[in-house]
Amino acid sequence: MNGRVVTITSGKGGVGKTTTTANLGLALASLGQNVVCIDTDIGLRNLDVVMGLENRIVYDLVDAIEGRCRLTQAMIRDRRYANLHLIPAAQTRDKTAIAPSDMVRLCNELRPEVDWIIIDSPAGIERGFRNALAPADEVLVVTNPEVSSVRDADRIIGLVEADEKAPAKLIINRINPGMVKRGDMLSASDVVDLLAIPLIGIVPEDESVLVSTNHGQPVVLNEKSKAGLAFFNIARRLMGEDVPWIELDEKASLLMRLGKLFSGGS
Amino acid sequence: MEIKGIKEGILISLDKQEWQEGKDALLCKIKDKQDFFQGAQLVFDVGNAVLGANELGEIRDMLTANGVILHGVISKSLVTQEVAKEMGLITKLEKPKLKADQKLKPLDTALSGEAAIFVRRTMRSGFKVAYQGHVIVLGDVNPGAEIIASGSIVVWGRLRGTVHAGAEGDLAAVVCALDLSPTQLRIASKITITPQDQVDPKPEIASIVDGQIIAEPWQY
Repeated sequence: MNGRVVTITSGKGGVGKTTTTANLGLALASLGQNVVCIDTDIGLRNLDVVMGLENRIVYDLVDAIEGRCRLTQAMIRDRRYANLHLIPAAQTRDKTAIAPSDMVRLCNELRPEVDWIIIDSPAGIERGFRNALAPADEVLVVTNPEVSSVRDADRIIGLVEADEKAPAKLIINRINPGMVKRGDMLSASDVVDLLAIPLIGIVPEDESVLVSTNHGQPVVLNEKSKAGLAFFNIARRLMGEDVPWIELDEKASLLMRLGKLFSGGS
Repeated sequence: MEIKGIKEGILISLDKQEWQEGKDALLCKIKDKQDFFQGAQLVFDVGNAVLGANELGEIRDMLTANGVILHGVISKSLVTQEVAKEMGLITKLEKPKLKADQKLKPLDTALSGEAAIFVRRTMRSGFKVAYQGHVIVLGDVNPGAEIIASGSIVVWGRLRGTVHAGAEGDLAAVVCALDLSPTQLRIASKITITPQDQVDPKPEIASIVDGQIIAEPWQY
């Protein structure tokens, strides 16, 4: 196996990086892939909470990098899927505890063992972001349909470009079709128009995300949730499938146009 | 073997190689890069080699068969020169002549304030260009990006960031863009903001008129 490293980032905090990481990890695992999720938000870890694995942590990312444990010891196996693992962040240290080169080394060690390495980046553009970006084969930028997170996404995309990574792909999270219709929220096409990168997912606002996060059961496990379905579709698109865009309340023709525009990876 | 483009076509020099050897190598190359050589006019520099009509005729036929025209043969040998002339080939390359009064001057790009840089990418948030001269951007200038130029600013794309033209006080500086909707636009010491979201973006040019920044649709 030669695992692909996918970094989930956003610049701004609270737009859904951790939720996206947990859901993509679970979705890929449910599709039979071997997945490791890594939380690089050292000092403010929560991927473990969202995935419901908090009480199983013995060793963490910093322990593995500083050699206090073997890498496999820091990998917590998921309760639901045996082919899904989490490497949690350390809570008692900060971002400077590791360096970008450590992340590259760690990911290279993992690559032969897994299909996917999903890295949850911290907010910001400093060391923590650099750590998360360094090993990435692919970068997914999460944004909400509001101006400040789009602005931060733009900055992040610029930094990814400057790092000569492959072009980042966009996930628009928490879109509210009703508000878009009333003209109170940026539409997906407004966001794509400004950021000008390929779109890989549109996730609707969904109360079940909050509920499931609180229970440590990512929403992708909930078959009735539209957000869950949207995350599942992103996972399938990552695997190279051509998945049609789910119809939110926005005009179907618009989404289809977006889909056509970006499914070719323009 | 050296190959270079000249006014007459392609010049091929065979240095220190025997004629026969060089000829074979050349044929190989022509077959290898047929797309490049197809229909080309070739001038041969054969150095000291003494070539008769038979040999030159042979190479000319071989080249013709491969779609290449033998245009000339340059040689230090008088015999070869004579033969080539007889065959209607040129034996001298035209030297570019420059009269004293025709001497080419370097283009005046270095005049003070007239230098320019070309930014061939979309400028995203956090990206800043500061330049003593003009700035030309091929791409969008997104909100949060910044351009400061002592001269004018031309954006072949959507201008939505902050720009400052004539930053050293040049009142004649202008800013133009295909969609002129900057967060803030400054020319010299004047500042303006984009009035409201433009419904139908069109190319515009902003300049100082009567002490105020005015944006006008581009007339073409």
